[in-house]
Amino acid sequence: MSDPGQDRPADPRGTPPDTGHPHWFDDDAGPVVRPYAMTRGRTSHAGQHRLDLIALVVAEAAADDPVWDLTLSPEHAHILGLCRERPQSVAELAADLDLAIGVVRVLIGDLVQDELVHVTRPVPPAELPDESILREVIDGLRAL
Amino acid sequence: MAFGRSSRTGAMHAVSPVEPLTLKILVAGGFGVGKTTLVSAVSEIRPLRTEERLSEPGAAVDDTDGVEGKSTTTVAMDFGRITLREDLVLYLFGTPGQDRFWFLWDELAQGSLGSVVLADTRRLADCFAAIDYFERRGIPFVVAVNCFDGAERHPVVTVREALDLDPEVPVLLCDARDRESVKDVLVGVVEHAMSLARARRAMSAGA
Repeated sequence: MSDPGQDRPADPRGTPPDTGHPHWFDDDAGPVVRPYAMTRGRTSHAGQHRLDLIALVVAEAAADDPVWDLTLSPEHAHILGLCRERPQSVAELAADLDLAIGVVRVLIGDLVQDELVHVTRPVPPAELPDESILREVIDGLRAL
Repeated sequence: MAFGRSSRTGAMHAVSPVEPLTLKILVAGGFGVGKTTLVSAVSEIRPLRTEERLSEPGAAVDDTDGVEGKSTTTVAMDFGRITLREDLVLYLFGTPGQDRFWFLWDELAQGSLGSVVLADTRRLADCFAAIDYFERRGIPFVVAVNCFDGAERHPVVTVREALDLDPEVPVLLCDARDRESVKDVLVGVVEHAMSLARARRAMSAGA
């Protein structure tokens, strides 16, 4: 016990420690809930494509019903809330929720199944019709 | 399930009027070469976590005695977003540096516009693997030499020779901390991708 203040649980009768979180672990310990617990152990959706990291998740009109905030899990509701503001890429959702991409993919798949969101397929650069998009990217970068 | 792109105008959609076109550029290079710095110079940066199955070699290396069931590992990557226009968004992904996470690169590389291989002249060998990867897959890339303070400034020609690059691969000198410099590097990637696409079109038209 080199640092009893951190390693020992707070004395139940004593004053609470400064942090209010007398945990024996810190961020280095990694997530305390195993990542795929939120997906009830599922790592993919049957028959679903692996969603591209830059595929956009777009809220459907049905997602505006406030009932979803009460019936969905907090993670599903969080994703839906972000997508209602504007379309979000799979990567952004994973970063915002601080969840592994694989977990977020399963959660998005649930929302697709419930017809609350749809997912767009990003256009591979080889399928771009002409150079105009790439020129726009260059102009946009220069204007930053 | 419909995964087709809906119309870019998206006028029918009441919730979100604009579905932007999304593109991605990868940032590769050895550990500590400045990938995080480069991404943060032009973008809001956020770490991205991915939980992946340990590959077989990894499983053999990791001592899993006593932790049976640990078949996945968490990998962190840099991730940035640049909104060029309301309907045009560019994402940057820093590739994981460790060799054991090569299997993640395939997903990152798929559908990418191109990539930046960030190089440090003191440790040029660190970017061999990335260059090899992009060459094999025909992914457009530029080599950006990060000019660290105090590092000897090797001329572009020397770097090109040391890396044995094809003549058409651009080599740029940059400062990964400097926004303007990083913008030039990204413009270089898109221009290079454009000229390669043009050459391919000419080839197929001539054939």
